[in-house]
Amino acid sequence: MSASPVESSAASSDVLRRYALTVGDTSLILAQRLGEWIGHAPALEEDLALANIALDLLGQARYLLSHAAELQGGERTEDDVAFLRDPQDFLNLSLVEQPNGDFGQTIVRQFLVDAWQLELFERLQQSSEPRLADLAAKAIKETRYHFRFSSGWVVRLGDGTEESHRRVQTALDALWRFTHEMFVASPAEQEAAALGIAPDPASLAAGWSSRVDEVLKEATLKRPADVAYSWHGKRGQHSEHLSRLLAEMQSMQRTYPGAQW
Amino acid sequence: MYTQGLDSLGADCLHTSASERAALEQRFQSKVDAEERIEPKDWMPDAYRQTLIRQISQHAHSEIVGMLPEGNWITRAPSLRRKAVLMAKVQDEGGHGMYLYSAAETLGISRDELLEQLLTGAAKYSSIFNYPTPTWADVGAIGWLVDGAAIMNQIPICKCSYGPYARAMVRICKEESFHQRQGFEIMMTLSRGTPEQRRMAQEALDRWWWPSLMMFGPNDATSKHTAQSMRWKIKRFTNDELRQKFVDITVPQAEFLGLRVPDPDLQWDEASQHYRFGTIDWSEFQQILQGNGPCNRERVEARQRAHEGGRWVREAAMAYAEKRRQRETQAA
Amino acid sequence: MTGATMTQQQKQWPLYEVFIRARSGLEHKHVGSIHAADERMAIEHARDVYTRRQEGVSIWVVRSADIVASDPADADALFEPAKDKVYRHPTFYEIPDEVKNL
Repeated sequence: MSASPVESSAASSDVLRRYALTVGDTSLILAQRLGEWIGHAPALEEDLALANIALDLLGQARYLLSHAAELQGGERTEDDVAFLRDPQDFLNLSLVEQPNGDFGQTIVRQFLVDAWQLELFERLQQSSEPRLADLAAKAIKETRYHFRFSSGWVVRLGDGTEESHRRVQTALDALWRFTHEMFVASPAEQEAAALGIAPDPASLAAGWSSRVDEVLKEATLKRPADVAYSWHGKRGQHSEHLSRLLAEMQSMQRTYPGAQW
Repeated sequence: MYTQGLDSLGADCLHTSASERAALEQRFQSKVDAEERIEPKDWMPDAYRQTLIRQISQHAHSEIVGMLPEGNWITRAPSLRRKAVLMAKVQDEGGHGMYLYSAAETLGISRDELLEQLLTGAAKYSSIFNYPTPTWADVGAIGWLVDGAAIMNQIPICKCSYGPYARAMVRICKEESFHQRQGFEIMMTLSRGTPEQRRMAQEALDRWWWPSLMMFGPNDATSKHTAQSMRWKIKRFTNDELRQKFVDITVPQAEFLGLRVPDPDLQWDEASQHYRFGTIDWSEFQQILQGNGPCNRERVEARQRAHEGGRWVREAAMAYAEKRRQRETQAA
Repeated sequence: MTGATMTQQQKQWPLYEVFIRARSGLEHKHVGSIHAADERMAIEHARDVYTRRQEGVSIWVVRSADIVASDPADADALFEPAKDKVYRHPTFYEIPDEVKNL
């Protein structure tokens, strides 16, 4: 990342907006998924743990969506951005919109995203864009804890019972195909990297890979083979799950346009 | 907490003679009368222990089941701010359940046993959570009325004679003050909003008013536990006293919101300086207690599903801990 | 060990007592208990359950079964003998008011 100041042109503000949505939507949709667990987790302590992670992610999302709203101008708020946008305008990783499945699948999804966010926020702290750098400085601490939590569970489940090993390996096999997208630059990421406000996604791959491998080894899990097909949630091309998730999340704002809550 | 010490204590009790027991009971009661706290390993009458286990675990179960009606709206909260607040609130309820299970465990019963009682239907929880939350306004009404009534019930328990229960309650009351305020804030926003929102708010008040009054329990004349619990200082006010207090402070709040309390008999009584209110339909309360409320089945099933669905996870964690212990032993 | 061979007792996550230091300069204080399968999980659960409102900067967890506690039946023998040693307290000594710094 170069440290040159960003030109405050309309073009760069649009890049920044789309980049903020890429990172912010990923946190938002993952928070929404985790919210489905609260009250239904395998142990009471895990209800609290998942809620804490969801609240951290929601905080990140609100910061970035508010910023995106400001950049878009007018009277827009974080809620307009979250609740009145169509699925194809969401720029989150496809991985985070995948259904919760069992606790093992939720943990694997979390673990894969946590490892990615660790690499991302580590680098984003050096962004020449102060809002992104500030967000990253706060989020990196949260993410370190999330990773501690999720990797701990990956190891326990992977090296636990035969059943837990089987379940968590199945989840890993099912979700691995969504990880390729993390390291393929979307137009927003490419332009953001060119402006020096964000890292090139490809540069996060090595760090992510070694973090993931280390935990999978301890968990006695097999790293699945990479697949060529790449999902493109970051470009607004989503799986079938996002529109359903949004239909639920946005239902109140869509049903009662203009109401204050 | 320190539960293992209780087994031996229980055995000792079997060997005490009647006169020794009487002396112990008297010492116990004078401690309670002197406002001293009873702590886990102190001698206590068995009935006191059983009453506490019943009450604390019912209270804990209520927090846990209470996560469900509001949890129903987490994914549909109408703004990001409301979503964050609701998640934190439902999470707090889980936390409060845990503080309470933790207090109950000091009495020599495990959380697994208590959960088992909840899942098999042997244990009760507050009937209020067997009502549905069909609209967003129900989230507001629960915070305002249900948490309001709960706080009214709980503040006196902060001075309960049993130390761990009292301490858990201090923590809970401190944390809950935001719950009621956020609920009232939701109701305020709705009652100042669009006609649809005002209707939503009024209907939620209509749904939750009477069940909230029932939360204080049966009338004093028919309450079977009150006298003994008051002597033990587990309870400090009667059901009717607390209910009256709740009505007196809540009616003006409803007026502030411009909402109508669904009780044609409600009126201010200048002489007593209290609101007089209509007769509670206890048959509805009894029906729900017997498992025939609108959501009894759904609530217990949701807890059963979480428990059964999580079994493999809990077992895996124990198996992993055991493997690691064995590896460490081998390495040593 | 498989799930089927574990007894009920072994299946339940053990109980841990939680102690929190509210801020540096203060001692750790007992706040309650949690269940966890291992030490790492115990710290995480204590953090998630007992420090949601910035209540702490440091956590201790200890297996409840590892706590050795005094028996309330011994309370008289343990603590009564200290009662009459009033000379251990500064107020026991009478010093005229005009003497300062004592």
